[in-house]
Amino acid sequence: MVALDVEPVHGVKALAMWWYKVGSLSALIMPSNKSVSDAPIFQFTNCRILRNHELQREDLWVREGKILNPEKLFFDEKGSADIQLDCKDSIIAPGFIDVQINGGFGVDFSLATDDFKSGIDLVSQKILSHGVTSFCPTLVTSPPSVYHQILPQISIRNGGAHGAGILGAHLEGPFISKEKKGAHPEHCLRTFEAGAFQDLLATYGTLDCVRIVTLAPEMKRSSEVIHELTKRDICVSLGHSVANLSQAEEAVQHGATFITHLFNAMLPFHHRDPGIVGLLTSDKIPAGRRVFYGMISDGIHTNPAALRIAHRAHPKGLVLVTDAIAGMGLAPGRHTLGQQVVEIDGLNTYIAGTKTLSGSVATMDACVRHFLEATGCSVETALEAASLHPAQLLGIEHKKGTLNYDSDADFLMLNDSLYVQATYIAGEQVWRQDTLGM
Amino acid sequence: MKLIILETYAQASEWAAKYIRNRIVHFNPGPGRYFTLGLPTGSTPLGCYKKLIEYYRNGDLSFKYVKTFNMDEYVGLPRDHPESYHSFMWNNFFKHIDILAENTHILDGNAADLQAECDAFEDKIKAAGGIELFVGGIGPDGHIAFNEPGSSLVSRTRVKTLAMDTILANARFFDGDLSKVPTMALTVGVGTVMDAREVMILITGAHKAFALYKAIEEGVNHMWTVSAFQQHPNTVFVCDEDATLELKVKTVKYFKGLMMVHNKLVEPLYSMKETGAEGSQSKKPYSD
Repeated sequence: MVALDVEPVHGVKALAMWWYKVGSLSALIMPSNKSVSDAPIFQFTNCRILRNHELQREDLWVREGKILNPEKLFFDEKGSADIQLDCKDSIIAPGFIDVQINGGFGVDFSLATDDFKSGIDLVSQKILSHGVTSFCPTLVTSPPSVYHQILPQISIRNGGAHGAGILGAHLEGPFISKEKKGAHPEHCLRTFEAGAFQDLLATYGTLDCVRIVTLAPEMKRSSEVIHELTKRDICVSLGHSVANLSQAEEAVQHGATFITHLFNAMLPFHHRDPGIVGLLTSDKIPAGRRVFYGMISDGIHTNPAALRIAHRAHPKGLVLVTDAIAGMGLAPGRHTLGQQVVEIDGLNTYIAGTKTLSGSVATMDACVRHFLEATGCSVETALEAASLHPAQLLGIEHKKGTLNYDSDADFLMLNDSLYVQATYIAGEQVWRQDTLGM
Repeated sequence: MKLIILETYAQASEWAAKYIRNRIVHFNPGPGRYFTLGLPTGSTPLGCYKKLIEYYRNGDLSFKYVKTFNMDEYVGLPRDHPESYHSFMWNNFFKHIDILAENTHILDGNAADLQAECDAFEDKIKAAGGIELFVGGIGPDGHIAFNEPGSSLVSRTRVKTLAMDTILANARFFDGDLSKVPTMALTVGVGTVMDAREVMILITGAHKAFALYKAIEEGVNHMWTVSAFQQHPNTVFVCDEDATLELKVKTVKYFKGLMMVHNKLVEPLYSMKETGAEGSQSKKPYSD
């Protein structure tokens, strides 16, 4: 592994200097310079940064939690770096965004509790080590009372030393198909046949912090519901469904933009009716729109060959998700998922006593590595599937998911095998590999 | 005049970079003692810049106490346009070295009053104590900076309309669309460069061979503005074999015969790592 005990950059030794701690990286402070802001300017050197779809040998500049354009700094402000950090040839990539995570480290987001906050705090803190800098806590199919109790406790918040940022909740169900309920409890499934959007609102109670809703498009009045949700800037995802392709296309035409864990909990691909999977190569997608699809790239929920088929058919829509459950980060054994008990056996997670797959226990960084290995794609492609694509799905690519100038400085240092060495949020180091010296 | 002939572009670039390195190290720059360097853009100096960056990375050279003045910039092209000379200098040189922004000077082609900008540039050069070493390249028509054929050989920094040849040659950088190519530029004058204490001109490639011939084997002529440097007391032309194709065999042989002597300018190669050594070597090892 690459050591990250940062050393001073040469060429500045003639200056008065002293050591300074940035997180746990030691760095060289340089004389301050005049600029439009008094905030310190960080220059991460000796790295390869992911920008414009390729790893470039460029420095990463950060000021006030945002990525800074050094050329503008140089010519407009006559400014220079206050602190230079030697990244020892690491890869720097945008922080990962997980849009489907049910819990982890013993915490289940769907478990109704009045102390929801401490659970979500724990998870957001722990996933920093897996490179996740923002996420959508995901609730599986639950009774209305659970939504009413939990949703008001979820708030959209920025990330920081306390943990990854929360972008809003992902509600997976209960408006899904009985036939494709997967691990979701059947008695909690609902329809919106009677009141359409009003039924959905009554079930959830509030949509204030909701970012994604997974529903089955073949349900009656789904068009109305999709229309209402997208009008409120809530992303509609198709999943746990027996929809055929034309139903799926119609849902996309009404505003749906995402497919929940492709291949899982939907009709298998058939050449005369490719079902939801067919959306990947559909010619009925409205111009200028892109359908994204979630992929659980843990080597278990999707066969590597299926992963390759999806990736080759529609590489720009692939969004890596963990779909992680409370067992992620825990030892093998029995754990709760929503209203049910599951059993973890290695990377396999089953509903206790059955062979029904139920969520994954793979971490995001492991999914990125598996995706890279399974598809033989480029490092850039693997990293973008966990950063740029989810940001584009949520329409936040102007501030997250890239290392473009003026974006949030949420980024990772990784070694060449894509193991996370350090995680930064808003320019601040929030996690680093323990084994590194210091 | 010195004419340095190397085999290849890469060797010519390295020789030029070594020469600049030795000149800066010898100068012994420091607080209050800045080395002033005039700089060109274009494809010719790229190899030289790469070498200078390498010297900086190895710790042999620092630009902390170097002030730079660029030769020219397009008029009306946004500063952050990829073809602007600001972008060129940033991407190919400045961002890789330790130079301070306040010590770099590039003409602002978007200034409200262009002539005032040019006059201010001349004043800044004066205030910096004049230019120690002006490095330049030339066009196939023998222009130095944007001093197109016919430019006054005593010209100063000013607005210049570009020759059709230059505009056509530049079109490839602007999607081949002539309407996008800037037609005017701000440029230092021939006289501005002549005022430098030393001038180094890089000329490489067969397409520049005729210009090199015009520069050194024929008389001073404003249609080949680079020929003005025949009258500069301290000029070095650095070229590759291809650029000598139009020269007389006699000329080439004469200067090649001098290479043993001229190479003493870059051998030994000095480094800023040898602290204290610079002082004792203040005398140039060789002078014409």
